[in-house]
This record gives sequence, structure tokens and C-alpha cells, in this order.
Amino acid sequence: MIEVVNISKKYGTKQALADMSVDIKAGEVVGLLGLNGAGKSTAMNIMTGYIRPDSGYVKIGGYDVAKDPLKAKKKLGYLPEQFFFYNDMKVEEYLSFICDIKKIKQGRKQHIDDMCERVGISHIRSRMIRNLSKGYRQRVGFVQALLGNPEVVILDEPTVGLDPSQIVDIRALIKNVGEKRTVVISSHILSEVQLICSRVVLLNNGRIIADDTPDNLRRSMSKPNKVVALIEGDSGKVKQALGDKSIFKGVTLLGQKEQGAYEYIIEGEEDSDIRRQLFQVLANAGLPALSINSGEFTLEDFFLKHVDIGGKENGAPAGEETADAINT
Amino acid sequence: MQSILKRELRAYFYSPLGYVFIGAVFLFSGYYFYSYNLSVSTTDMGTLFSLLFPVIMFLVPVLTMRLLSEDKRLKIDQQLFTLPITKVGIVLGKYLAALFIYVIAISSTLIEAMVMSFYGTVTWSEVIGNFTGLLLLGTTLIAICLFVSALTESQVVAAVIGFIISLFLMLSDAFVYIVNNDFLKTLFYSISIKNRYTPFTLGIFEFSGTVFFISFAALFLCLTIAVLDRKRWS
Repeated sequence: MIEVVNISKKYGTKQALADMSVDIKAGEVVGLLGLNGAGKSTAMNIMTGYIRPDSGYVKIGGYDVAKDPLKAKKKLGYLPEQFFFYNDMKVEEYLSFICDIKKIKQGRKQHIDDMCERVGISHIRSRMIRNLSKGYRQRVGFVQALLGNPEVVILDEPTVGLDPSQIVDIRALIKNVGEKRTVVISSHILSEVQLICSRVVLLNNGRIIADDTPDNLRRSMSKPNKVVALIEGDSGKVKQALGDKSIFKGVTLLGQKEQGAYEYIIEGEEDSDIRRQLFQVLANAGLPALSINSGEFTLEDFFLKHVDIGGKENGAPAGEETADAINT
Repeated sequence: MQSILKRELRAYFYSPLGYVFIGAVFLFSGYYFYSYNLSVSTTDMGTLFSLLFPVIMFLVPVLTMRLLSEDKRLKIDQQLFTLPITKVGIVLGKYLAALFIYVIAISSTLIEAMVMSFYGTVTWSEVIGNFTGLLLLGTTLIAICLFVSALTESQVVAAVIGFIISLFLMLSDAFVYIVNNDFLKTLFYSISIKNRYTPFTLGIFEFSGTVFFISFAALFLCLTIAVLDRKRWS
């Protein structure tokens, strides 16, 4: 349904996207994941035809977005990261205007009614857009993206700036939309992607570093000889305590989880179970192990393992694990 | 294009802008009509049309200042450009909406001519010629100011640059006497809107003038589309 072939984009000297290729099948809900500046919005802007890539092409439903923009855009519904529209319009007038552009003539009123009902904005249809809260604006943006029942829906960070209850509502909506359409959603909220998406494309510095289902990505992290441990105490002391290379092959700091407590991925010899030895070593060193979990990795663990917050890619693509150990 | 045209027309009448523009043109036109026709008992509308020329030059930038700059400022352009509508459609829709308001405004001159026809003999060929000149002037100025509006996010900047360009085009024939360079003399003379407009006020329908105004408008509409398209390539 969406064919992204070798697209690259440079802004000045900054390589925003480098040779990105993704083939998204009909009915998939794909999450574009990455830190701010990873290239998610650039990829989406290229997919929607808002900007052109320096090289490569994007096809939506078989139509090249650059060469056949109207045909491609007819198959597309898009919600930009920041949804703005003419403030002097009422919600109903605005949706009618979008219907005009999308050339929805037959059953227009019924169609708008249905969409507003689904998204829960029927009661605000006669209000001015400028008077809506951010949550309701976002919902109006959703409705406009869904008008005309496009086969592809692209949502750029749809839950940014919403309150928790609005986030839950919007996620439920996206899940619902994804049952019948191809959805591409960008986010840096990992739990959101894990909940909604059937496939995850991880971007770092404009390059795809992983492309798989959330479960496979998590599984690629899980091995019997690997545990995730939450240890209280200075990371230097932990490094010292776990210094026995014959038992602990690799120790990766994931980050601070509680006040004074840090989470680590600790790796032992192939096919070994290091939990007991780890508990013993930490107890002897006076470092309380607040939790030791084997094989329960989250997408967040994967993300932290492969993407460095400083902008440097840590790992190779999924499956080719390289422990970025602070101590081995 | 029709959807954009409809939206822009609606926006003109939902905000004071459309009423202010039409009201201002009616006010000046009415005042000149009273001063140069009714009070001196003449049906010659040449003076009225000549005096409307600078009024139009200064009011058109106000009419067009928000058309594309507002889209840019509110980041509405991103949404518009991802909808199934061409940039040509967007530009023409906005252009025709402004032109429609402009035609309503300058139609005051036709109403005044009709009023006069009840009390005297109106030379309709002269009135139609003048009206056509004013219409052609508007088609060009709206296209130029729409182009300026595409260049900036600020409505005020769009209006001020529009005024400056209008002033330059209005006075460009005067520069002919200031500069020594032959090329510049020819250039200033060639782009003088006043020189092209004056024959219409004398009741002369000049074909070259018509071509000048229309081609100038087409050029700036193309440039506006190019400015919008530049974003995709930048």
C-alpha cells in the first residue's frame, strides 16, 4: 500500500533521511519510532507529498506521490503533528470544506455525522475551531483525516500535548481506525507504539535501524543468560561488583528508574542462568537488587539499547546484538 | 479551486476585511462622484476614474495581505498541500476570491453611471472603457500583491511591501525623467501601469494595454505558484 524506496533528504548539512526504504502492506499499523530529529516527520512529510525527497520515491496505492500527487493524495488522510486550521470556521463548516476538496458529494451529511459520532465530536460541531481545546482540535483533525474513507491514514505524533484521558481516547480511536486501514503513526512514546502498532520501524539519525513487530523486537533482546536488574547504588560500585568477566560478560546501563536506583541489562555466558550469582554478588557488595527479571524486555529496553540519546547509534539492527557495556 | 474560492469569499464576509474594502472604495467613489459629477453637473466620469486609480493602488494590498501569509503563519499550508488539491487550484481560488470582492467594490462606478443616466446622457462606451481599465488594473495588482503575500508570514509586511510595489508601479513613468541610462528609461516606461491605464480613462480600449495587464497578472500568478512549490524542493 505504501512503498518507500531509497528516499534521502538533506537540510543544509544535516542528513535528515538516508536511503530509507519501507514496504507497508494494506492493513498494517506501522509505528515510526525515533528520538526528536530522527527523521520521523521528514519521512511523513515526504510520504504525504508535502516535501520532495532529494532522491528516491514514495508510492501510495501504486501512485507516485511526486508524479501523480492528486491520485496518491486521494488515498491518503493526514493529521500533522500540529493541527491548525482557519480559526474563523465552525467545525461543521471546516469538515464541509474538506469534503469539498476531497470531492465527497453523495451522502456527505451522513458521512460527516458518522465520523463525528465515531470520534466523539458531534456535540461541538457548531463551535468555532478557535474556541476548541487541544484535545478536541486533535479529534477534529482526526475526522478530517478520515473523511472520504482513505485507504492510508498517516498520523504524526497524534497524542503530543494531550491530557491522559484524551491520550487514552485517541489511542482507542487509532486502534479502531487500524482495523480497516493502513495506518502509519509516528511517536517517541514507546508504550503507545507497543500498544497500537503491528510493526515498528525504528529510525535513528535518518536511518532505519530496526524493522519488525514489537514482539519480535522484544524477543530479540531476550535470552536465558540475560536479565534486567534494578539495582540501588552508584553505577561505579555496580561496575566494580560485577567485574568478574567469567560470570558477567556484559553490563549495560539503561537508565535511572528510581531515586538512586538504576536499571541494567546484565549478560552472562551463553545458556547460563546468572540470577543466583548476581543476587549473591550484589548482596555481598551491599548493593540492594530491587528487581531481577529474566527475559522480560520491553520495547523501551530495545530502544535504549540501540539508540543513544546523544545521537549516536548504539547497536546494529535487531538480531545482531552488540552490548554497549559499561563494564565487562 | 471552487472549494478554496468559496472558503475565501466566506472569510472576506465573516471578517471586517471584505466590508472595509468595499466600503472604502464606495466611499471614495461616492465622494468623487459627488464632487466631480453631481456638484458640477457633468456626466463625464473620466476624472472620477482617474482619481480612483491611486485609491485602488493603496487599497488592494489590504485586500490581499492575509491570503497566503495567514496560511503560512498558522501552518495551514502544510495541511492544504497534503489534501487532493493542486497549488494552481489554491492560488487561483484565492486570487478569484479577491478579484470577486474587487469587482463588487468597483461596481459602485457602474451604479453611479446608471444614476446619472436618469438625469442626463451618459457616454456608455467611455464608462465601460474606464470600468474595463479599472478591472484590468485590479487583476494585475491583486496578482502582484498575492505574490507578495506568499513571500512572508506577516500580513503587515505583505501589505507594506504591496504598497511599496504599487507606489513604484504608479510612479515608474516619473523615473524616466530622473535616470540617464537608456535601458532603465525603457524599463521604467514599459512597466508603468499609469501609462497603460490612462488610455482607458479616455474611453480608448487599447489592446496592448489589455495584453500588458493580463500577462503581468499571469506572470505573478505563476511566480506565486513557484513560491509555494519551492517549499517542496527546499
